Amino acid sequence: MRASRRPRDVTRGARRPPGSRGDRRIIAAPLPPRRRSFIAGMALPPPDPQFVLRGTSAAIHTLHFSCGGQEPDLPVLFSGSENGLIHVWNLKTHRVDTALDGHGRKSVYCVETMGGKDRLLSQGRDQRICLWDLAEGRTSVTDSVCTEHVGFCRCSLVQLAQGRWLMATAAKGLQEVQVLELPSKTSVCTLKPEVGAKLGMPMCLKLWQLSCGSQPLLLAGYEDGSVILWNVTMGKALSQLICHQEPVMSLDFDSERTKGISGSSEKVLCIWSLNEQQNLQVYKTHELVNAGISDITIRPDKKILATAGWDHRIRIFGWKKLKPLAVLDYHTAAVHCVSFSEHRNPRERLLAAGSRDQRISLWSLYTQS
Amino acid sequence: MAAPAGPELERVLREAAAALGRAGAAEGTGQGPAAALGAVLSALSAAGGPAALGERERAQFGAFLRSLARAPGAARPDGEWQRCFLEGPPGLALCILLEALGSAGPGLAPREAAAMLERFLREGRLSALLWDGCQQQAHGGCPEQQDALLNRIVCLPEHVSNKLQGENPPVFFPQNYFPLLGAAVLQVLQMISDSLRGGLDCSISFVSHVLGKVCIHGRQKEILGVLVPRLTELTKSDCIWQRICWRLVECVPERWMEAVVLGFVQRAPGSDVLSRLLGNLVVKNKKAQFVVTQKVLLLQYGHTTAVLQNLLGYLSLDSLRRALLLRVLQELLETWGSSSAVKHSPPEQQLYISKAILICLSHLKEPEIESCRQELLTSMMEGVKCHLDSSLPQLRRLGMVVAESISSKINTEGPVLKFEYEEDDETRELRSLLVQTPPLCVVPSLPGDDRSEKAGAALPLVPESNKKSQTAAPVMPDKESDAELDSDDDLVPYDMSEDKELKIKAPVYIRDCIEVLTGSEDVDKWEATVKALESLIRRNPAATREVSVELAKILLHLEEKTCIEGFVELRQRAQVAVLTTDPIPVSKYLTSQFYSLNYSLRQRMDILDVLVLAAQELSCPKFHGKPKHSDAQKPRIQLLPGNDSSKDWRRIVDERIKSKTRRFATRQCHVEPASSPNQFSSVAGHFFFPLLQHFDRPLTTFDLLGEDHLVLGRLVHTLAVLMYLAVNAVAVTAMGKALLEFVWTLRFHTDSYVRQGLLSCISSLLLSVPAELLLADMTEELLETQSWLGAASFADMVEKDPDGDCRRLALQNLLLMENLKKKLEAVPS
Repeated sequence: MRASRRPRDVTRGARRPPGSRGDRRIIAAPLPPRRRSFIAGMALPPPDPQFVLRGTSAAIHTLHFSCGGQEPDLPVLFSGSENGLIHVWNLKTHRVDTALDGHGRKSVYCVETMGGKDRLLSQGRDQRICLWDLAEGRTSVTDSVCTEHVGFCRCSLVQLAQGRWLMATAAKGLQEVQVLELPSKTSVCTLKPEVGAKLGMPMCLKLWQLSCGSQPLLLAGYEDGSVILWNVTMGKALSQLICHQEPVMSLDFDSERTKGISGSSEKVLCIWSLNEQQNLQVYKTHELVNAGISDITIRPDKKILATAGWDHRIRIFGWKKLKPLAVLDYHTAAVHCVSFSEHRNPRERLLAAGSRDQRISLWSLYTQS
Repeated sequence: MAAPAGPELERVLREAAAALGRAGAAEGTGQGPAAALGAVLSALSAAGGPAALGERERAQFGAFLRSLARAPGAARPDGEWQRCFLEGPPGLALCILLEALGSAGPGLAPREAAAMLERFLREGRLSALLWDGCQQQAHGGCPEQQDALLNRIVCLPEHVSNKLQGENPPVFFPQNYFPLLGAAVLQVLQMISDSLRGGLDCSISFVSHVLGKVCIHGRQKEILGVLVPRLTELTKSDCIWQRICWRLVECVPERWMEAVVLGFVQRAPGSDVLSRLLGNLVVKNKKAQFVVTQKVLLLQYGHTTAVLQNLLGYLSLDSLRRALLLRVLQELLETWGSSSAVKHSPPEQQLYISKAILICLSHLKEPEIESCRQELLTSMMEGVKCHLDSSLPQLRRLGMVVAESISSKINTEGPVLKFEYEEDDETRELRSLLVQTPPLCVVPSLPGDDRSEKAGAALPLVPESNKKSQTAAPVMPDKESDAELDSDDDLVPYDMSEDKELKIKAPVYIRDCIEVLTGSEDVDKWEATVKALESLIRRNPAATREVSVELAKILLHLEEKTCIEGFVELRQRAQVAVLTTDPIPVSKYLTSQFYSLNYSLRQRMDILDVLVLAAQELSCPKFHGKPKHSDAQKPRIQLLPGNDSSKDWRRIVDERIKSKTRRFATRQCHVEPASSPNQFSSVAGHFFFPLLQHFDRPLTTFDLLGEDHLVLGRLVHTLAVLMYLAVNAVAVTAMGKALLEFVWTLRFHTDSYVRQGLLSCISSLLLSVPAELLLADMTEELLETQSWLGAASFADMVEKDPDGDCRRLALQNLLLMENLKKKLEAVPS
């Protein structure tokens, strides 16, 4: 398997991948880059991907960077795909270093690192969460948790202390969320909605702490379109916000500004805020052109956010005001996941998007601060 | 009695009669009569008024009055004689005045008699008359006399107007007279109440007779319009008045009971009032019970909802009557659930019965429902089945609404029936009947509110805090918004003008469409294809013709894969497009499939719809505006280039004329719409005949003459439309003949929807087939049909059919035939 590098010479119009528009690029090329862009209608055309990683031969469902290591460490990107493999991409060579097979060829839909790039957590449709040890070239599953959850809800991790992690995952019960401590696998609590509430399955989870050492809180988006804030230690719902008519497909939360964003299968993005009384309130909504958001991620520096759309497009917004910044139209099928890298040098920071068209696109956007 | 006054009065009367006789003979004016009359009056008052008179005195007084009436005007001292009539026994006075109205001779002129009668009425003698009647009845008066008197009182308006013809004073018009009579009845009732309070017994039956007779004569409105409001007032708190009122109705003879009860039910302002006025009449009186529980509810259906509410509310207001209410409900449900009733009774009646059922249900209490839950359930199941079987949408909906209501009543906690139907005024009205509570219920809305409150409380997880957050309206950011005002501005947006709605590229070739529709797993592409298909077919008629039957087959079997808005319509439009593009093979295919195995009723009806729509399109010239362009590519036209050039020639000449002609008027000349051949006429037979072929051969899954009468109805309607559209076609006569045969075999079908279709068939036949051909080729069939419709026979549609629409259509057909006859008569002469 190899990654192909996008040609960046003059002849790119003829050799560009399907879905990009060469003609417009040629028209726009003579413009000086920044000054003109303030004139209405003369904005820069959206950029092309920096790289495209191909060769997983299956739809990509999840992506996770690990780029923050010290110098000898090479930046890597983990991708989980529909055929059950987890690929570890070397971002220097753009080739696959390793392919991990731990989910019995069932789709992998969540990959997270725990600490460095040697400790990996993956969740698959075989209803298992695996913990991997990748140090020194090993590729072994050290431990696994059986969730018995049949949905697509990605688990969420938060570090409590050195070597202690808290993980939330959808559980066997239809509306339940289970919180476990890792690596000990002791159950902390099970979050059940009130009797009679018809929330449906949990669709997306986000564990977070206000500051290190404070009580962990969980934001969960449900099938009925509501987002609930749970106090994990007390196992109690603090606030519920019905912000969508359709299932909440993805959400992300900014604990500094105590604001979050959620997307569903509708045409609307919803930004909500958490006030001092820990009540969720709708802050703003944003209408999209096409329906369906499968993933939302806020960049670690909280400047921009990216959404993965069913309409094959990646959308970039400014996080503070939700100002639309770019629509990246490269993929030819629904985009499943978007992820930002945490390079130490802001200029190297990347955005990766994985799609049903089996490609992973890497983008470099708004890296000058 | 006033025994000593008796002989005195007798003597005076005899003298007076003699004096009048003399005066009449002498033709002179004398003091005699005046003095005699004065004596009579004073003797009468001395005897204690007319009520005190005995049998004998009455007879004498009658003779006296009669001679007074016969006496010439000069012999009657003015003022005195009128007083004799007014103060004498009122029954006699009325009787003699009426006689005088008709008699010719020297005595009282009709006009005088009428004026006297008017005064009699105006001065309140009617009440005296009724009171007198009551007294007589109490003392066992002769029934024949009573009857005669009753007759006179009730028929007075007719009597007077017969005699006086055009000069009838308005007071005798029924609309004036009967209110007057009503007021008199009230006065008498007042007297009765007074005497009851005085401890005296009284008979009310004469008044009841009067009331009954007036009602049976159809004057309920006038008399009860006066009686009911006043009685409502009086019975509010007075139990003597209530008893008087009950007696008044109870004493009405059986033969008049219906009219009286119905009058009260219709006019009472509410069921509580009705209950006060009638008491437990329905329990005591068999006839009244029959009227209330059977006749009004099950046999008649013209009454308003308010009447039903009155009646059933009345039944519910007393424990004795509640047993009747339950029985009524059972009988109503029996009728509602009987398939024969559903089939044969008019929809209006079924609506009426449904309303009655719902009102009954609204009055039932929990324990009563408990006692008959099983029966309710059984009859509900029966009823739902036969209502859903009906081919009239209105009846189906009626069945659904009633069944939903019953089920919500009998399952208070368990799951209830829920149907899908469109709301309209009727269903809303029906359902409002169910929630409406009986008038005596104190706080009607409380329990419902309570429940909804609870349901609301169960929903939120954190009741306190999320009250505000439930609102989806954005909360405006407060102070931090200022700080963030320019926060995103350092990020420069890229061009986003290309961010448009995602469009899946639909196939461009018909053959690709077939591929996508049959084999593709790509849902988006499939959707796009379905959406684009119609226009594709219309743009490429030649390519469509190559695969038309295959395409028709695919479309006929096409199922909704994803939820597309208007999928059914899209598919239908594509089917119509295929059929119009290549009519003969596709219609052959579709009509053969109509009668083949393994189709759902829905698909069969789709076939019919498509045939109708395509026929419409083919026969409609204006529709060719757009697809006409495609004609240019038709091989037919290419083969005959002459056609084209001739058009050019015409145009060139027109232009030349235009350029050389000076027009003085600026009025735009009217452009005639381009005429084009009716494309349907050449293919009408292919659409029509195959549909007629197999209707009487049941398949295992499809039995047109049996339970699939809904499809039969659609088929018949389709044939009617095809027949109508085939006007001027060559095959029209053959079609008409076949259609008449078809109609004839089905004419006694039980489903009114089918019968309506048959009648439309005849209408379109009469309109489409030229009159000469009608007579030449199918005279006999036509005559048969005519007799079925109702020109000659007694088993006719126009009058006997239970369905109103059928009757109207039959009448319309007869008119069409009549017109046809006139036209034919006009032509040869």
